[in-house]
Amino acid sequence: MIIVKEKPLNEILGFLLPYESVLVVGCDGCTQPPRGLREAMTYAMLIEMGAKLKGKTNLKCRATTIPMQCDNHICSTTLTPQLEGINAILSLACGVGVQTLVEVFPEIPVYPGQNTVFIGSQEREGGIMHEKCKACGECLLGETGGICPITNCPKGILNGPCGGCVDGKCEVPFEVRDETGKVIKTIAKDCAWYLIYQRLKKLNRLDLFRKYRPPRNRVISSSPRLLEVV
Amino acid sequence: MVQAFSNLMKNILDGKFVYTGELEPHKAIDLSEVISWAKTLKETGRIVAANVTDNPKSLGAISSLVASYVIQRETGLEVIYQLRCSDRNRLALVSDLLGAAALGIRNVLALTGDHTRQGDMPTAMPVYDLDGTQLVDLMHRMVYEGRDIDGNEIHGPRPQFNIGAAANPNFKPLEVEVLKIERKAEVGAEFFQTQVVFDVNVALDFLDAVRHIDAAFLIGIFPPRSYGQAEYFAKHVPGVQVPAEFLDNLKKISEISDKKERRKRFDEYNIEYFFDFIRAVKKKPSCKGIHIMAVGYPEVVGPLIERVEGA
Repeated sequence: MIIVKEKPLNEILGFLLPYESVLVVGCDGCTQPPRGLREAMTYAMLIEMGAKLKGKTNLKCRATTIPMQCDNHICSTTLTPQLEGINAILSLACGVGVQTLVEVFPEIPVYPGQNTVFIGSQEREGGIMHEKCKACGECLLGETGGICPITNCPKGILNGPCGGCVDGKCEVPFEVRDETGKVIKTIAKDCAWYLIYQRLKKLNRLDLFRKYRPPRNRVISSSPRLLEVV
Repeated sequence: MVQAFSNLMKNILDGKFVYTGELEPHKAIDLSEVISWAKTLKETGRIVAANVTDNPKSLGAISSLVASYVIQRETGLEVIYQLRCSDRNRLALVSDLLGAAALGIRNVLALTGDHTRQGDMPTAMPVYDLDGTQLVDLMHRMVYEGRDIDGNEIHGPRPQFNIGAAANPNFKPLEVEVLKIERKAEVGAEFFQTQVVFDVNVALDFLDAVRHIDAAFLIGIFPPRSYGQAEYFAKHVPGVQVPAEFLDNLKKISEISDKKERRKRFDEYNIEYFFDFIRAVKKKPSCKGIHIMAVGYPEVVGPLIERVEGA
């Protein structure tokens, strides 16, 4: 899943106050939490109310959703008929969806309603989402017992654990921040390489743990990337 | 086959038991304090080389390369230039290593480095283009093949330095640490300096566990200047075991009201405690020396070594 977090309403209003007719476009693809029609309708209502509080009474929002905002064909066919009279779009998709809309509708300003945070998963109970993949382009999971050191080690090292691992915990804890960016609490984090050691020991594959891994070819994960499907 | 480029490695290969010290330059351009500590270490006549730390705990400090060079030039004390991967990509590492070799630095200690989030500029981008093991690999290629990690040739003479790496006897389970050390030794680590150990049994178990590895092990000790320093290790440095008896005795000394007497007793107790410690670890064939991290407390170093080796 692509984990997204809503932008503060004030930031969104900063984008949209100059306009009068805004289309809020949800995405039924891979965003987590979901950002479909229901969420688009909620955003539309909140934006209109927020605009009124700031003295802008003629900002009207319509809500819609599409199956995948990252597909330019779907964007074009499903949204074109809905754009009459619209002078700005607020996308609830990840950054890929926002940019696809910009490419498909270059004449209309498109704004992000979300901060795209990472590729990850959500715990079944509770709202904690975990980053799981950095899309590095050279998946190591087959050698590391299915635990990704690129994502789960703050140093992303290949020959861990480093000296910062104590009692299986990482020297860098998770930080939970408020909207201003201030750290409100820290949560101890398991050392990725310690988990890899435990897993490979269980699988009787400590040879994989012991193996020296040479430096990564950083070209593979250097942005921007292009993949030609042959 | 390991070649001795430094006095440190010459002594180790000659079968001598070596002592190294530690110097910590700060976020300042004035190196006079650290130079005076270096002089004290040099004057002991027992310290073969001293580490010069590189942004320890990710606290931004003066370049360890510059400090290493100045210390070596001003005092004649051989340095072990510490180099972290936290702050440099492979180009910067190669540049600094070539610079170090050109400046006559003959020992380099490869470190992955504490995460930048731990330090005084936590919003920095952590680099880690290479990790500590890969830095050992890079150095080995530079010294023994005359090439960088991507295979590019170094023009003219090859850099000449001996390659050090860090080890942690406190790591639990020790099996993990031993596998890591094997990996570092495989790619070229010639000597290991360990994290601080207070408990002699931890050091002895470690030395037994690494005896099959073809490298020199220098056990790290930290004679505390005050009870507060020892207490800090016990309470705030995770994973380092400080024996209760050691702490209790230091606490008792710290309660002595006469300052001069208190200072004298601290020195005496450190010397006695670490004399027993060093005597025990010295019996292990894998132990080639002691790394004395008496940061800001260089005056204890000479008397301690004299107690062990005889005046």
